[in-house]
Amino acid sequence: MQINRTPQMPWQPEGTVYGTLLNFRREWDIRAPRMTEDPHKAAPMAPVLYVKSANTFNPAGHDLLLEDGIREVDVGGTLGLVIGDDGEVAEGALLCDWSVPHMSYYRPPIKFRCRDGYLALPLQTTACQNMSDWNSLEIEVRLNDAVVQRVRLSSMVRDLQTLLTDVSEFMSLQPGDVLMVGTDCLPDGSRPKARSGDRIMISAPGFVSLQQTVRLQGGAA
Amino acid sequence: MKHARVAWSGGIHKAIESDGQLWLTHGPHAGRRVGFDEVVWLPPLAPVAQARTVIALGLNYADHAKELAFKAPEEPLAFMKGEASLIGHKAMTYRPTDVQYMHYECELAVVIGRTARHVKKGDAYDFVAGYTVANDYAIRDYLENWYRPNLRVKNRDTCTPIGPWLVDAADIANPMALALQTTVNGQVTQSGNTRDMIFDVPTLIEYFSSFMTLKPGDLILTGTPDGVVSCQAGDVIVTEIEDIGALTNTLVATP
Repeated sequence: MQINRTPQMPWQPEGTVYGTLLNFRREWDIRAPRMTEDPHKAAPMAPVLYVKSANTFNPAGHDLLLEDGIREVDVGGTLGLVIGDDGEVAEGALLCDWSVPHMSYYRPPIKFRCRDGYLALPLQTTACQNMSDWNSLEIEVRLNDAVVQRVRLSSMVRDLQTLLTDVSEFMSLQPGDVLMVGTDCLPDGSRPKARSGDRIMISAPGFVSLQQTVRLQGGAA
Repeated sequence: MKHARVAWSGGIHKAIESDGQLWLTHGPHAGRRVGFDEVVWLPPLAPVAQARTVIALGLNYADHAKELAFKAPEEPLAFMKGEASLIGHKAMTYRPTDVQYMHYECELAVVIGRTARHVKKGDAYDFVAGYTVANDYAIRDYLENWYRPNLRVKNRDTCTPIGPWLVDAADIANPMALALQTTVNGQVTQSGNTRDMIFDVPTLIEYFSSFMTLKPGDLILTGTPDGVVSCQAGDVIVTEIEDIGALTNTLVATP
């Protein structure tokens, strides 16, 4: 089921990685009552996407370094859909879409999401047999061995095919591009947080688990 | 020197501008001169190993911020684009038939030349390989106030023409004093000067490199001044920057 790659070469995306905002019902419902207020004025109609630039790619086996005075990060366990040569989803990968906690979704989040190393990558991807099966995937997020979140893709606002269709209305995903399906929040609207010394593990049936340790730059873990 | 990347005679070639022609510099046709109209112009950017980071600025000219009824930002308002939205000089860009307001944005594009992290303003120009012209089209009908400007407005297929030339940084004495102009079917509709940027090129490089590593080939599109107007299918739009080049693009209706 897993794609064979040279073991010494952990997987890295070959194309552009896109993230999806507000694709889980819980977060949507928490924010819905205020979506028509300033500055948003209306609920989003199209998928709200962002780019995880190549400097964020953090291959398996490396730590997340907290730099520039950052002390705490949001854990964003998610599934990335990897586009194949025919433009269809060829592989999937569990990812940790790290971000600096930010409540406002008004302006683009480069400073919060595109810092060096803020996209943890698994050693390998998993071949996609039947994508719709992943609509019922449950992703487990552990912090220092304790389960802190179960991300159920069955509670996505747009399921996988709908998300792909709505995105392709305005942009073509290229071979090698990755579309992350979104990260869920906790019941209070926040996300699990990690600090220096914490170790996260993200796992789901059929996927290579992802582990990463958070470390303060220059400091002991 | 003005560098181009073109498709010609079944291959992709590096070229430089020479007496109003393209002089192919490498490969089987090295030394050959071909006319501007004989080639397909590609973005003037060498391929990179990983996806190129494309940063674009919103509201980086005080007059444009005013035009859009925003107060000038206190820190750069930046968004990112995928490399796949880039197309070359003399290409066509799709305009959806059902939209009211699609406009060009003439922008000075900075191409990074050296890996940049924690760069100080005073050293910033050492990290620039060169400059080119970008036309960062937007369709205002699709604006939504979520991570605004949202990707449906700003990351559309064919909607970021760039080129024709990558001009060496050494050839541009002062990138912060270049006239910009856009014409639509030959009529001047936008004119400005890079000196009116709110955050100049060194400030932008210092800002972005303060939290992210910029790599050779990465792009910063530095924003557009006042004077954007709605354009229609069939319009020929030329975005031009003094000493950098004139980038031609034609809008066509989405089939």
